[in-house]
Amino acid sequence: MVIGMAPVIEATGLIKKFGPTTALDGLDLTVDEGEVHGFLGPNGAGKSTTIRVLLGLLRADGGTVSLLGRDPWRDATELHRQLAYVPGDVVLWPNLTGGEVIDLLGRLRGGVDAGKRDKLLEAFELDPTKKGRSYSKGNRQKVALVAAFASDVPLLVLDEPTSGLDPLMEKVFQQQLTQVRSEGRTVLLSSHILSEVETAADRVSIVRAGKVVDSGSLADLRHLTRTSVVATLADPVAVTDAAHWPGVHDARLEGDATNRIAMSVETDAVGDVVGRLGAHGIQALTCQPPTLEELFLSQYRTDIREEAQAVTV
Amino acid sequence: MRDSLAGTGQLLRLAWRRDRWIIVAAALLMAALAAGSMQATFDLYPSDAEAAAGAEALTANPSFAALYGPLPSATAAGIGVVKTILMGSLFGAFLAFAIVRRHTRTEEEEGRFELVAAGVVGRRAPLVAAVLLAVLAVVASAALSTLGLVAVGADATGSMALGVVILVGGLVMAGVTAVAAQLTSTTRGAGGIALAVLGIAFIVRAAADTATGSGQDLVWLSFLGWAEKASPYGQNRLWVLLPAVAALVVLLVAADVLLHRRDLGAGLWAARPGPARANARLSSPLGLAWRLQRGSLLGWTIGYAVLGLVVGSLAKSVASAADSPAIEDMLRKMSGGGGSIVDVFFGTELRFIAVGAAAYGITTALRLRAEESAGRAEVVLATPVSRWSWLASHAVIATLGSIWLLAVAGLGAGLSAGAASDRGVGDLLPAALATWPAVAVCVALTVLLFGLLPRLSAAAWALLAFFVLVGEFGAILSLPDWALKASPFDHLGTLPGGDANAAGLVGLLVLAVVVAATGAAAFRRRDLTT
Repeated sequence: MVIGMAPVIEATGLIKKFGPTTALDGLDLTVDEGEVHGFLGPNGAGKSTTIRVLLGLLRADGGTVSLLGRDPWRDATELHRQLAYVPGDVVLWPNLTGGEVIDLLGRLRGGVDAGKRDKLLEAFELDPTKKGRSYSKGNRQKVALVAAFASDVPLLVLDEPTSGLDPLMEKVFQQQLTQVRSEGRTVLLSSHILSEVETAADRVSIVRAGKVVDSGSLADLRHLTRTSVVATLADPVAVTDAAHWPGVHDARLEGDATNRIAMSVETDAVGDVVGRLGAHGIQALTCQPPTLEELFLSQYRTDIREEAQAVTV
Repeated sequence: MRDSLAGTGQLLRLAWRRDRWIIVAAALLMAALAAGSMQATFDLYPSDAEAAAGAEALTANPSFAALYGPLPSATAAGIGVVKTILMGSLFGAFLAFAIVRRHTRTEEEEGRFELVAAGVVGRRAPLVAAVLLAVLAVVASAALSTLGLVAVGADATGSMALGVVILVGGLVMAGVTAVAAQLTSTTRGAGGIALAVLGIAFIVRAAADTATGSGQDLVWLSFLGWAEKASPYGQNRLWVLLPAVAALVVLLVAADVLLHRRDLGAGLWAARPGPARANARLSSPLGLAWRLQRGSLLGWTIGYAVLGLVVGSLAKSVASAADSPAIEDMLRKMSGGGGSIVDVFFGTELRFIAVGAAAYGITTALRLRAEESAGRAEVVLATPVSRWSWLASHAVIATLGSIWLLAVAGLGAGLSAGAASDRGVGDLLPAALATWPAVAVCVALTVLLFGLLPRLSAAAWALLAFFVLVGEFGAILSLPDWALKASPFDHLGTLPGGDANAAGLVGLLVLAVVVAATGAAAFRRRDLTT
């Protein structure tokens, strides 16, 4: 298992410049074998550039990168035998049918499992006889997804794979992802749709302006954020009092009711706060762990604060 | 009517904003060429007697007529304009074709037009704006060329007639392209249809110009024939503009009818469903490239077969036109090669056929860039396909496809010439194939540009245009020797009948290999770009 312990993807200090713009500014990324790794960031953060470097389509200007223990620029062709890629913006040949593209990509990777392919076509409800130019964006995406999931490779690289899919198809996608994970395959899943990563990812890296600003399991990252607590109390507590409890932020009355209080609580302080609320006779209580949305926003808030400070200094 | 034209002005401004520099540059180049070659001819024939002697030599040469049409008049101005007539009508045609197609079908196919169409834009507006820009560009080119000719001292009416030549080619082709853009849903398809019409017009005109007697009247069947009949500095038939305008109006009405019968993004010919499984050949980069390029090669093959048969069939009239040994001897000296007048004729025609094959090679090799910038190369290169084999797949088709086209044209010419003259397949097939090394250099240069300067890949067309202009006008403009020698077509032998110039051909082949290998190496070392 010593070999298995080596990360599937390891990038340190990646730098990539396009003329005057810096797309990657010292990016670090580690993806272990068998995990679904969420690669999160807003548009233009450098997700696709990172993926293209990992695929050997772009050459990094600095830093080191290894994929399955090899250099993706030098050994691109060899490495591509072991991975399947779904680009963020799938462009198909206008005069080839979806079925032809799936077969072609499968054969280029070394063969197509016809049974698997047909099952996937059914699951994604894709008509393989249509020509590339007559597919909608979502259907083009499905063509690439079927080609990728039908392949028998240890690594899947998916760049915003569900953009353009309807919610029903997103569910099918999540099922396929679960299937892939249960087979012990590794997935790098880039997204700006946080909910899709939240349900599937074992670990997450958050990228912003060409740098990974945070990385870890969802549990690790949640320490950064606050749980939202809403309580209906028999004996209402004054908002001004609650605001002074340790770890409590942004306490307020919820709606018109005078006995419903809402607050954001630092994760470490949740137990203490619930104890204090208990003294007031809890009638109803909801504690919501932070969604990645909030996690993401809190990350941004920090940055904005830092930038603001930098400006005032 | 007004609603359907809403937004035309906005679209016209947008189109002008995107194309203004290229239009200005093209118009200036055309004017410079017209004025430059006229000035040089005036220098060459200072007196009327000298001009008349030069004109006699040219009119006696039927291959000259097949290529350029008859001399408008036996004056220095007539000699100075004859090549410009052909180039001007083709220039106008290509300019209008490129502008109309770019702002109609290309916009629709790329999906950009959807953004625009959702605004306050009438159904007719994009087509009208595109045709207007094409007309403006052609009118500007014609006006500049006329001014340029007058500036070097040519007669004003004749100079206007040369402007009419450019206008005729441009106006008719704008209409042809407008119709073609409605028929298919792809840019390539529309281009194929429009250029096929242009090719037919060229062949009809060339055949009529070498025919004898009433056969020459067939020239009126071709709009390039109308341009020729403008006869600058000869008959000065400015009125040939009228049939051109009439043709444009008729074609635009036809395009408008078609436009109202189809959906946005679709052509009149609908896309049909295809196979659910790929056939066995579609399993390698070469299989994919072949699948993408086979339709275009089929179209070119048909065109080249017809071209070869027509050129071959002209052999008889060429031979009979030059029955005087004195003229034949003079022509042989002029062409610098050996062989009979028929050989000189075929040598000239094959050189132009080779330029066409080079155009095929360039457009085929440029598919590399189209695939890359559309993002389709990325999908293929993320599979275990090496950069090298992906690049080679399209390059091989450009290479073998152009050999095939030359063979088809050579075979066609040989078959139809063999029936009427002493030159047959045995002469013309090798002669056609012997032009291929120059074509190979053009393909290799395209690969080099793609490898080193991917965003400027289309400059391969500028190189080909340079080679043609240097070959046509280099001598008369007294360009330096290195500029003449820069064209690979300058290093071909004088087949049939003459010397194959084996050393030159081997040199071209070696150059092609080195240049293409450099391009391939550069591509393997660079990022994919969009």
